[in-house]
Order: sequence, then structure tokens, then C-alpha cells
Amino acid sequence: MTEESLNNSNISLAALKAGDRAEFARLVDATSNHIYRLALKILRDPQDAEDVLQESYIKALRALPEFEGRSSLSTWLYRIAVNEALMLLRKRRVNLVPVEEDPDEDDLQAGMVLTDWRFLPEDELLSAESRRRLEQAVDTLPETLRVVFMLRDMEGLSIRETAGMLGLTETAVKTRLLRARLKLRNQLSVYFGERLTENSSE
Amino acid sequence: MTEISNCKGLVSSISEYLDGELPPELCAELEKHMSECENCTIVVNTMRKTIDLYRQPAPDNPLPDEIKSRLYARLHLEDYLDKQIPEHP
Ligand SMILES: [Zn+2]
Repeated sequence: MTEESLNNSNISLAALKAGDRAEFARLVDATSNHIYRLALKILRDPQDAEDVLQESYIKALRALPEFEGRSSLSTWLYRIAVNEALMLLRKRRVNLVPVEEDPDEDDLQAGMVLTDWRFLPEDELLSAESRRRLEQAVDTLPETLRVVFMLRDMEGLSIRETAGMLGLTETAVKTRLLRARLKLRNQLSVYFGERLTENSSE
Repeated sequence: MTEISNCKGLVSSISEYLDGELPPELCAELEKHMSECENCTIVVNTMRKTIDLYRQPAPDNPLPDEIKSRLYARLHLEDYLDKQIPEHP
């Protein structure tokens, strides 16, 4: 997972384990924003995301004596947070494992937008407005697809790790990832297609 | 096994292809189809770009102050709120 937040802060695991409050505060300072954004993306509810944020650190403190440092501290912490968020999702009775798994391939191809927008200038692709559209597009994905896409493509987990975390088979993860990516590609193609038209008419 | 030499088959393998998880012989088949099919070339390229865009780190968007102070209170870290904490020796 994203390590950048901890890369420059050299948190000492030994100090944490010894109960050093200042070190714990540094860990919270370096990771809390990422955890909050992550939870918000999964749950789409600020109150729930805040609960996850707080619970994650409380669980982490409790689990710290057993943490052996086999993964990095941030990866371990983000996992706790993702699990916490997923637990809340399940409580809301969102069905993460629907019966129907196989994609209907005709459906996959339906409405495929064929605009070639990839040569739009980078500052346009990553403008504030584009970023907002990217966020919106993820938010419109059905829960089951969104969580897979987030863990795999936004958090950088492997297919296997994503499957493990969600209790899904790797095949199911791949199927959902494909569907999510196709839907997002389509939505971005509509949006950037409009940008292209505007650019050429200027 | 999926038939990649048509558009439908290509679409169902595109994700694994972009992740570098498609076996070499299927990659070759997929690329051959792309060289003959403009539509699939566009789909593959814009899909790659889509994933790229989502992997760009979001601009810094700090944790809202109220959320931060409630978190620090819950964790009994009030003393460290808004303080630069010196690095552990
Ligand atoms: Zn084709």
C-alpha cells in the first residue's frame, strides 16, 4: 500500500511497543489523513469514516504487541483500517458476495465509448475538474465493484491480497476489477471526449 | 480458453493484459488483434490511461481540523495536537 506517508518519518516500532506516546502521536500524524480518505472512499459517509479512523488506531494499539514487523507498519495499519471499514459495510448489509459472478460478455461491450482521448494534455487530464470527475465516477460504481477497484488500483494491493481481504476468490476479484475498469474507462471517455470537442472548436 | 482474436474476447482479457498477467502467447494474440482493429486499440490505450490517472496521488488534502482534534482526544493525544513532535533518537 501507499508507503509515502511514512517514508520520511522513521517511526520506531520499538518505541511504539514500549508505549512511547510521542512516537504514537507521530504515527497518527503521518497516517491519519490517508486512513480517513480511504475509509471515506469505501463508506462514502463522513461519520462512518471518522468512526473507522478512531477504531483503527484503538485496534492497532491493542494489536501492537503481536505485530512482528513482517509487513511495513503503514501496510499493517492500513489493513486494520480497511478491515474496519469492510466490517461496517457488512453491518450495513451490503452484500459483498452476490450470487451472480460471471460477467455477461455482451454486457461488457455494451455502450463502449470509442473516443481516443489519451493525448489530451496532462494538465487537462489532471485538472481539478478532471479529478472531481474521476472521484465522481468511482463513487457511482456499485459497492461490490468499487471496493475491489479501490483496493487493487488505488491502494495498490495485489489480486491475491485483495481477494484475501474481501474473502473473495481471485477469479471473482479479476472479474469485478475488469467490470469496474471498463465502467470507469467509459465514463472518463464520455467526459474527456467532451473536452476534446471543446478543444478542437476553440 | 478465451478467443482473443475477436473484439469480445479482447475485452474480457484486457485487464489481465494491462496488469502483465496474461500468458505471452495470449499477449501476442491480443496484440495481433489490436494491430488489425482500431477500436480495440483505443479501448486498450484509454483503459491504460484510466488506470494511470487513478494511480496519480491526489493533491494534499489535509485531515479536517475537527476530525483531527476528536481523533486526538479519543486517543488521549491532546498534548500532541498541533505540535511538531521531534523525531525519536
Ligand atoms: Zn477489436
